Amino acid sequence: MNRGLRLRQRYLRDRVMLGLVAVGTVLALLVLFLVMGYALVNGLSALNWDFFVRDMKPPGETGGGLRQAIVGTLLVDGVGVLIALPFGIAAGVLLSEYPDHPLNVPVRLMADTLNGMPAILKGLVAFVLIVKPMGGFSGLSGGVALGFIMVPIITRATEGVLSLVPREIREAGLALGLPRWQVILALVLPVARAGIVTGVLLAFARAAGEAAPLLFTSFGSPFLETNLLKPIDTLPLRLFQFAISPYEDWHRQAWAAGLVLFAMIVLTSLLARWATRRRL
Amino acid sequence: MTRSLTRGPTSFMYRMLGDRFFAAFVVLLASGVVALALLMAWELYQGGSEPIRRFGFFGFLTGTEWDPVIAKQFGAWPYVAGTLVTSLGALALSFFPALAAAIYAAEYAPRWLASIINYLLDLTAAVPSVVYGLWGIFVMAPWLREHLYLPAYLLAAEKVPGLLPFLGNPTGYGMLTAILILAAMIVPFTAALARDAISLVPQAQREAAYALGATRWEVMLLAILPLSKGGIIAGAFLALGRALGETMAVTMVIGNSHKLPYTLFGPAATMPSVIANEFTEAVEQIHLDSLIALGFYLFLVALVLNLLAGWVIRRQMQLTKGVL
Repeated sequence: MNRGLRLRQRYLRDRVMLGLVAVGTVLALLVLFLVMGYALVNGLSALNWDFFVRDMKPPGETGGGLRQAIVGTLLVDGVGVLIALPFGIAAGVLLSEYPDHPLNVPVRLMADTLNGMPAILKGLVAFVLIVKPMGGFSGLSGGVALGFIMVPIITRATEGVLSLVPREIREAGLALGLPRWQVILALVLPVARAGIVTGVLLAFARAAGEAAPLLFTSFGSPFLETNLLKPIDTLPLRLFQFAISPYEDWHRQAWAAGLVLFAMIVLTSLLARWATRRRL
Repeated sequence: MTRSLTRGPTSFMYRMLGDRFFAAFVVLLASGVVALALLMAWELYQGGSEPIRRFGFFGFLTGTEWDPVIAKQFGAWPYVAGTLVTSLGALALSFFPALAAAIYAAEYAPRWLASIINYLLDLTAAVPSVVYGLWGIFVMAPWLREHLYLPAYLLAAEKVPGLLPFLGNPTGYGMLTAILILAAMIVPFTAALARDAISLVPQAQREAAYALGATRWEVMLLAILPLSKGGIIAGAFLALGRALGETMAVTMVIGNSHKLPYTLFGPAATMPSVIANEFTEAVEQIHLDSLIALGFYLFLVALVLNLLAGWVIRRQMQLTKGVL
């Protein structure tokens, strides 16, 4: 069958396919470039100092900023980290340091399943668990929803980093007569610290861009709010509301918010790359 | 001091009990992850049980009427259909470009370029959904309206008026727009798994094919793709799962209609976009419960897709190991 296919034809097909693969690669990344470009151009022209130090203005009035949303994002996200950190790190330690434990299979399976679950479902669960019993939207419930998103990310990141720690370090500790828990706490975790911090940063960045789970948990507020039991504004949710609003000035600020979110994601991911390259 | 640590009762306390306590503590917290997933399933089931009981498990799924105001009738089919069409369409559109990116990064590109492509793919996955949606609303939808919807509409009006109802209103917001933006968003999920699977193929396989005189593409076709098939399929499953659950970007461009969609060019809604749009405005308990029930169905589909992907990957690992 292949005899009919001359060498020249086979070379030609090789070239064509290589070209198609290259074109496909460009296509796959095209929208990213476009989104990046537009966010940069439109965002930069809308970004000013007021954006960071003023609260938003009511519809129709121009000016103002999104201080309340920036502070709120950090607050709600911070709550999420506090909730997710102990579970995520413990699960990562279990997967890496106790590889024979019977709980490993379900933990790994559930972490992956949680990671693949739509973010909006995590918001629904936080609504049923927190908002409903407490009788109102709150920053706390938003933090819980974001925590759900972070747990599997921190788990897998911690496991990955711990498995990079050389076995000799553990053996050295055990040879000195240290019990296993001391080996983990005093040797393995400190060595892997930079990597774990990186994983947490990535989880933070991922959650900071999520709007869907916050729609009916932290809800949003036009004023600076630091009480976690009250609705708190967040950047992605504010961006969404501004983008679907009819006001020109709000659209402008939505682009600024988009750029700030984008910059945050790029910075954390670069930081993550840099940190993992330096250590281990 | 050393003695008291290594011998005697203190040492027993320190070593044995310390280890026990620490392990128990770690296990307790880690089982929190399992509990979290189970809790999620239970709460969604519990919250959505009332409409499922009232309309039936399949009745709720296949009912075409979603009327929270007058009839108080809840059937999810318009949204299920919208979800299926948009996510399958996005997968179909993005699959080959994603595979191409994976092949290029893993096999063809020089190392510096490959690392840039990998970084950009990671970035594509990390960009917030709302940012894609923002771009979709203000750049892509108007562009599509000017260059695709309107010309097609005018052309049809001139030549074949019978086609007009199938073209919908040329607003730029509709299922096709949602499919395009979803396709761009799910590229990295297929690409990442395909790339990992391709790089797991043993070098000897490539060398054997080259030794037989195969060209680079033939090596890809004969030696690499058959062995990395599993990872590629798993990546497609995961990408589909992402597309099904994608909320904000879709909500922003799909046009949000309650009717059963009959054309790709018209507005529709997906399961997550309905939850996002109606949840804070739902007044009646049954409306709220129906939205949670939608979430429960979404959970089931995402669960099946994730388990399937995991299963395929595990099989793939065994297969590759068998070759080695």
